[in-house]
Amino acid sequence: MTLVMPPHSLLPAATVCPTPTSTPVSKAARPPRQKMPEQPVAERILNFDEVPYGYSPELAELEASRCLQCKKPACVDGCPVSVDIPGFIKNVAARDYLSAARLVKSTNSLPAVCGRVCPQEEQCESLCVLAKKGESVAIGRLERFVSDYEREHGLGELPPTAPPSGFKVAVVGSGPAGLTCAGELVKLGHEVTVYEALHKAGGVLVYGIPEFRLPKSIVGTEVDYLERLGVRIQLNSPIGKSETVDELLESGFDAVFIGTGAGLPYFMGVPGENFIGVYSANEYLTRANLMKAYLFPEYGTPIIRGQNVAIIGGGNVAMDAARTALRLGAKHSIIVYRRSREEMPARTEEIHHAEEEGIEFQLLSAPVRILGDKSGRVKGLECLRMELGEPDASGRRRPVPVIGSEYVIDVDTVVVSVGNGPNPLIPQTTPGLITSKHGNITANEDTGSTSKPDVFAGGDIVTGAATVILAMGAGRRAAAAIDNHLKVNKQCAPSCSVAEIDQVVE
Amino acid sequence: MAKVISRREIAPQTVLLELEAPRIAFKRRPGQFVILKQDERGERIPLTIAKSDATKGTITVIFQMVGAGTRGLGTVPVGGEILDTVGPLGRPTDIQHVGTVVSVGGGIGTAVAYPIASAMKAAGNKVIGIVGARTRELVILEEEMRSVSDELLITTDDGSYARKGFVTDVLREVIARGEKIDEVLAIGPVPMMRAVCAVTREAGIKTVVSLNPIMIDGTGMCGGCRVEIGGQTKFACVDGPEFDGHQVNWDVLDLRLSAYKDHEHDACRLYSTENH
Ligand SMILES: Cc1cc2nc3c(=O)[nH]c(=O)nc-3n(C[C@H](O)[C@H](O)[C@H](O)COP(=O)(O)OP(=O)(O)OC[C@H]3O[C@@H](n4cnc5c(N)ncnc54)[C@H](O)[C@@H]3O)c2cc1C
Ligand code: FES
Repeated sequence: MTLVMPPHSLLPAATVCPTPTSTPVSKAARPPRQKMPEQPVAERILNFDEVPYGYSPELAELEASRCLQCKKPACVDGCPVSVDIPGFIKNVAARDYLSAARLVKSTNSLPAVCGRVCPQEEQCESLCVLAKKGESVAIGRLERFVSDYEREHGLGELPPTAPPSGFKVAVVGSGPAGLTCAGELVKLGHEVTVYEALHKAGGVLVYGIPEFRLPKSIVGTEVDYLERLGVRIQLNSPIGKSETVDELLESGFDAVFIGTGAGLPYFMGVPGENFIGVYSANEYLTRANLMKAYLFPEYGTPIIRGQNVAIIGGGNVAMDAARTALRLGAKHSIIVYRRSREEMPARTEEIHHAEEEGIEFQLLSAPVRILGDKSGRVKGLECLRMELGEPDASGRRRPVPVIGSEYVIDVDTVVVSVGNGPNPLIPQTTPGLITSKHGNITANEDTGSTSKPDVFAGGDIVTGAATVILAMGAGRRAAAAIDNHLKVNKQCAPSCSVAEIDQVVE
Repeated sequence: MAKVISRREIAPQTVLLELEAPRIAFKRRPGQFVILKQDERGERIPLTIAKSDATKGTITVIFQMVGAGTRGLGTVPVGGEILDTVGPLGRPTDIQHVGTVVSVGGGIGTAVAYPIASAMKAAGNKVIGIVGARTRELVILEEEMRSVSDELLITTDDGSYARKGFVTDVLREVIARGEKIDEVLAIGPVPMMRAVCAVTREAGIKTVVSLNPIMIDGTGMCGGCRVEIGGQTKFACVDGPEFDGHQVNWDVLDLRLSAYKDHEHDACRLYSTENH
């Protein structure tokens, strides 16, 4: 197994390496929230390696010691999959990292991923009692630490699985929703095949989120783990084209889970969007991450290495694209966002990292036109200044244009990151599957059941672009509902013996 | 993994590969394409399925070795394997009995036109095939096209084979002789398709073209394949690849196809240093 995080002792000398502030833990002097050591800015903007190295055991222990072990832990209410937060932190404080990792994994199947990409500041950490007095416990960093510890020490072990149920389930899409659903179902004894359109499993985790934020080897380990549990993964299978959902059902699957994500990029509809050098964030990130265009020409897929790059949008996706542009050699990587900083939907840590790296922010600024040169390449972005007006339906103050405030930013590349919609491939080819007017699949929030018998759905395809953890939560709930549906409503295949049925039904 | 069952160089730098891909062979309809990725480091390359054999479980693709990616693919030997094959992608051609169809294929475009012409013939249409190439040795699929055409007309730019001239010259003659044409199908390089569309627009004949913009996923996820049709942006991989030729903004297509011209240079240089 490859080590993703260098052992602490091997960190380069230049590394910013906070030393644990080891004041004895007493009410009077609680240690401050511990930072993770990370690659120094000047170095990291020249490579695609992960930015934070993660806690050392000492730092983790110290951070864990800050937890108050509340009797009624509010943090757990903030976790979409109800991780036993005080429980695992207590294990960390006692240096029992393995028990900590297993406790987390009992409700969160992708902790190494979530520890890195969850918006903890809006979830568990926002409800931490210490947050009210200053700084919450760094729950996400501890989650990352324990799962890295388990993985890097090769201590991951397979959980017990139920005996074969004789039921077959197809999972469409291998993002967090699909992977979680598949993992739960296989543990319950069902035969699971995951169909993925791309040539690699992981969904946004492999094609969207960059290496420097989520190393692909971590996603790879999670996928391997599922395969070891018995999940079959069928790559290069765009359902709706290679097979339809109905064909899957006819070919012997007892149920189908659809977790195809929100992968259809929106454009702005402003003039000039088809010039050379205008990318959707999906294309830009897919070229860079999935296709490894930063290693062109050793890898076959090229990407335009802009000197001055404008990224339109204020979410995680925009931050990822901006930081990717920098690493591809941009002198200026500029976020153009039509609201103010407070409204930016990106994780605080991503905005912080982006600022540290010198990403420029043009806030309250809305693109109206992309300008091209004679040969059709981008040469500028014309924007309009905005000011904040009355709150809109989302509660955020609506940006209103300042008349006559047009100005031009000199750029040679534009990355459009204004959101994604649901891919219509499945809705278009699946009669009886009801969707919303935006094209999202309509599904029961608790069970994932859809308008079509035996078909369940969850994740971004249902909710619209959301988060990894919400997609996982939906996959997990759907797995429980599918399990129940199979046992209650379905005849077991003849291959499965009565004894097995009895066992399963118990 | 798709195994190469047979491989032929049907013209200079033009390779025909028959691949073992039973699921795709079974499902595929004329007009659809696959994306091939040769190995871990390879590009994803979209190629129209020229032929398929559902019983044998194979598909056939024909391509020109122009860039580093296609050159790599073209050198996979019989028995060798292609790491990733995905498809069938894109909307199938709308095959109907319309009457008389003229199928115009230019250069490698004939490989795309052939399966459609074949299906049009099978649907009971009268098919007039026009095959154009720069020079004699670049004329491909002549026999195949002849077998599905009621009449086959061949042109070469330099006059080295059949008649000298462009496909548009022949098309104009067919129109001029009073043939009642219900649909024209034009597939080839952008300048050719653009020229054919100019002729048919004048003559008021419905014209279908198949577009080949740069693609990555082929499932509507990246938007890299966007084309402008009737003033609107469409994704060729899911909304096409076939469109009404009279609605296509050819300038946008031409422009976007040139996005990586400089890169292609680098890649080819690397390719030739690695392989010599
Ligand atoms: C660049 C980027 C950064 C992000 N950063 C964060 C972050 O920091 N924190 C966070 O919580 N969230 C983040 N998100 C959002 C998060 O990644 C998504 O909410 C989450 O991945 C949704 O999971 P999913 O399983 O529903 O879909 P996806 O991850 O989108 O996976 C869907 C999968 O289905 C496949 N598929 C689609 N159609 C078909 C088909 N017809 N047949 C077969 N397969 C198909 C796709 O190829 C894909 O692999 C980010 C998103 C992006 C794009
Ligand atoms: S190739 Fe990506 S959307 Fe068409």
